[in-house]
Amino acid sequence: MLLGKVIGTLVACEVYEGLQGVPLLVVQPLTKSQTSKGEPIICADSTSMAGPEELVYYEGGREAAMALRETFVPVDHTIVGIVDQVHLPDQAGGQ
Amino acid sequence: MFIGQVAGEIVSTINHPDYDNRRLLVIDRLDLEGSPTGGYLIAVAAVDAGVGQKVLVVDEGTGARQILGNAQAPIRSVVVGVIDSVDLSRG
Repeated sequence: MLLGKVIGTLVACEVYEGLQGVPLLVVQPLTKSQTSKGEPIICADSTSMAGPEELVYYEGGREAAMALRETFVPVDHTIVGIVDQVHLPDQAGGQ
Repeated sequence: MFIGQVAGEIVSTINHPDYDNRRLLVIDRLDLEGSPTGGYLIAVAAVDAGVGQKVLVVDEGTGARQILGNAQAPIRSVVVGVIDSVDLSRG
């Protein structure tokens, strides 16, 4: 899983079978110190509770579909949790 | 599997139900010499590991689900060991 920040929402009027009602969000992938890294991606949201500006963690690959109610659907990234806090004790310096 | 070092922890209350009561660790990827490669990932802790410790991480779904005893869990990365040492024989 990686950290990401929700930067937008996406509405699709027609989606593949099984994806009806699944929230789709635009997510900017982040490094562990929460700086942007790479291009934004579109994630399904298994929590149904994430919104813009929120810090989330998402899973990719096969597990992305498994996180949804319908588990055999064409998605490649899914938000599996909303972050309250990231504890990185050594961030300030030292090893 | 790969070698990593625990950099920290993630606190989360709203999550997928299969992640309930699981510790999430931020893991820096290490090379064989033990220096960070720059990459990281978030993994579920199946063993008790603390910040700074070198750990063994499985990054494969079926093995991860077997370890956690939940065949449906959407979990791929799991910390499965704390590393004491890595010995390399190089000619």
